[in-house]
Amino acid sequence: MARAVGEAEPTMGEKQTVAKPQLLQGNEAIVEGALAAGCRFFAGYPITPATEISEVMSARLPALDGTFIQMEDEIASLGAVIGASLAGVKSMTATSGPGFSLMQENLGLACAAEVPCVIVNVMRGGPSTGLPTNVSQEDVMQARWGTHGDHPIIVLAVSNVWDCFHLTVKAFNLSEAYRTPVIILSDEIVSHTREKFVVPDPASLTLVNRETPEVPPEWYIPYEDTPHGVPAMGIFGDGYRYHVTGLIHDVRGFPTQQPEEITAFRQRLFRKIQQHLDDIQLLETESADDAQVLVVAYGSVARSARRAVREARLQGLRAGLLQLQTLWPFPGRLLAPYLPQVRAVLVPELNFGQVYREVLRVNQGETRVELLSRIDGNLLTPGEILAKLLTL
Amino acid sequence: MAETTKLIYKYLRHDKKFPHVWCPGCGNGIVLGALIRAIDRTGYGKDDIVLVSGIGCAGRMPVYVDFHTLHTTHGRALTFATGIKLAKPRLQVIVIMGDGDATAIGGNHFIHAARRNLNLTAIIVNNNTYGMTGGQYSPTSPYGSLATTALYGNIEHPFAIADLAVTAGAAFVGRSTVFHANLLDQLIEQGMQKRGFAVIEAVSHCPTLYGRKNKLGGPVEMLLWQKEVAVRVEKAQKMSEAELAGKITIGVLADRELPIYTQELKKIREAAKAQAAAKDRAKSPHGCE
Repeated sequence: MARAVGEAEPTMGEKQTVAKPQLLQGNEAIVEGALAAGCRFFAGYPITPATEISEVMSARLPALDGTFIQMEDEIASLGAVIGASLAGVKSMTATSGPGFSLMQENLGLACAAEVPCVIVNVMRGGPSTGLPTNVSQEDVMQARWGTHGDHPIIVLAVSNVWDCFHLTVKAFNLSEAYRTPVIILSDEIVSHTREKFVVPDPASLTLVNRETPEVPPEWYIPYEDTPHGVPAMGIFGDGYRYHVTGLIHDVRGFPTQQPEEITAFRQRLFRKIQQHLDDIQLLETESADDAQVLVVAYGSVARSARRAVREARLQGLRAGLLQLQTLWPFPGRLLAPYLPQVRAVLVPELNFGQVYREVLRVNQGETRVELLSRIDGNLLTPGEILAKLLTL
Repeated sequence: MAETTKLIYKYLRHDKKFPHVWCPGCGNGIVLGALIRAIDRTGYGKDDIVLVSGIGCAGRMPVYVDFHTLHTTHGRALTFATGIKLAKPRLQVIVIMGDGDATAIGGNHFIHAARRNLNLTAIIVNNNTYGMTGGQYSPTSPYGSLATTALYGNIEHPFAIADLAVTAGAAFVGRSTVFHANLLDQLIEQGMQKRGFAVIEAVSHCPTLYGRKNKLGGPVEMLLWQKEVAVRVEKAQKMSEAELAGKITIGVLADRELPIYTQELKKIREAAKAQAAAKDRAKSPHGCE
């Protein structure tokens, strides 16, 4: 039976247990979040620092009648994930930079064919094999532009164990609601830090399931435009036979060369994301309203930044934090009102300035924007961010 | 003829995507015909079948048939099929690939799918060339043959696809030419009914590119060549290596009972549930935690 977008799943089908605090690693919390969101299929390939996600999935999924499979590479992993999703199962994979590069091909197919799925990338630094065991935030742009051709994408960034759980649930909800791949960017610090966490009662979570067709199969038009831009998704084996392809297709899913059909399809892909930015773009703020200087941060750096902002306040500097939980579509419109109000904006990042350039773009020269970059494989400490803040 | 028309109406998206993209005289139509005849004989409903393909001329096949159809990325069809089958084991998942698709860019997926032994049917149309891109040499182009990227003769040696599948561990392996269309029907039917990973190599021809470049004549001459060089596997067993040189063995090359992935997975799930239950019992409500 089809359920409307936003409606909660009636039962989780999991045994209810009394919640008790656990000492969870970020990667483990991602798994718990995924399972709570209803993920029952995981395909992956071992890679540092994301491997724990595979390991814990392989331990947890079978007892839930789910499927874990270790594929021959990351290309195959995402292929299997998309296949499982087309057959109606919420699906996920997890990897790091080199594996994420391999996934770009099938990521494009998931965008074009509008197949919900979640991809976790626990980032590592440097091109190629790079810095497998170090912290980094160098895949912000790969997540946005890694697959070829213009396409919309949703990318979330986690900064602690709470995020790992709740943003993973959110990632599944977004992917189901808008029939799109959603990427979660984590980093080595977030993924390997253990924190106290209480896995919430599944009944307390809002879960979204893809809209499925309600019309009789012979009336079903698989890629028909709708007011919210997201067509109902026929599930393989459920009577709605249609064609799924990575070629640009018409409303029936068949390849097309007609300029007006090409334009309509491609515009709808972007529109279905653009018209739901209120739901997609997540921003956490701390002491931002009366701030003289602002820090824009995400991932493990946001955590250091939070501490730096608090200490700056103790020293008399009215600092504030904007923590980006959604990186793409870049939440410029949420940042824009804050920028003219402050003396300076600091963007601390573990790369050469990938989000910094986005902030510059949004800022349009209104305010001074400074980059605090670290690319040596170590994290940015609260002290470093504070020291920089005090000079602004 | 009437029978054929009936099948066309039953299984093809006849009012939607025709005319098809294939050249006159292409072997793909024969493979498609064999596929729907085999499906019709097995008695599966159209809703039970998922046809998955990669990229290339053979990769265009799903668009024409009224099943659940999925046209994936180049070489990756088997990975998508793996996900579909695991998510919904009751579906009969058939994968259609070309020689470049299955054994060049998708070679790794191919051998691992064979090793894993999921209940999938893989049909590989082997026309010795990359047809869609204009006739470059493929992993099955014979040594010395000409191609748009082998103007001086191909210096690589071809894969024997069916033999590769046998070695990689496929439960069922069959090979036919498109000339032997009845055998092709039978092999696809047997492959679908086989519990395990089934590979059917359909030796085909590309008169437009491979045939023309290598001066092998038109479709008729190429089909007659298939008739000439094909040897039934039963007969081939009695022939010497010298006699078999340049011949193509057709028939069932492997048929063995192997543990099926989905059944193994069921065992894992039961073991995991039993372990979880035992853990729960050990944790009495009054015990210390």
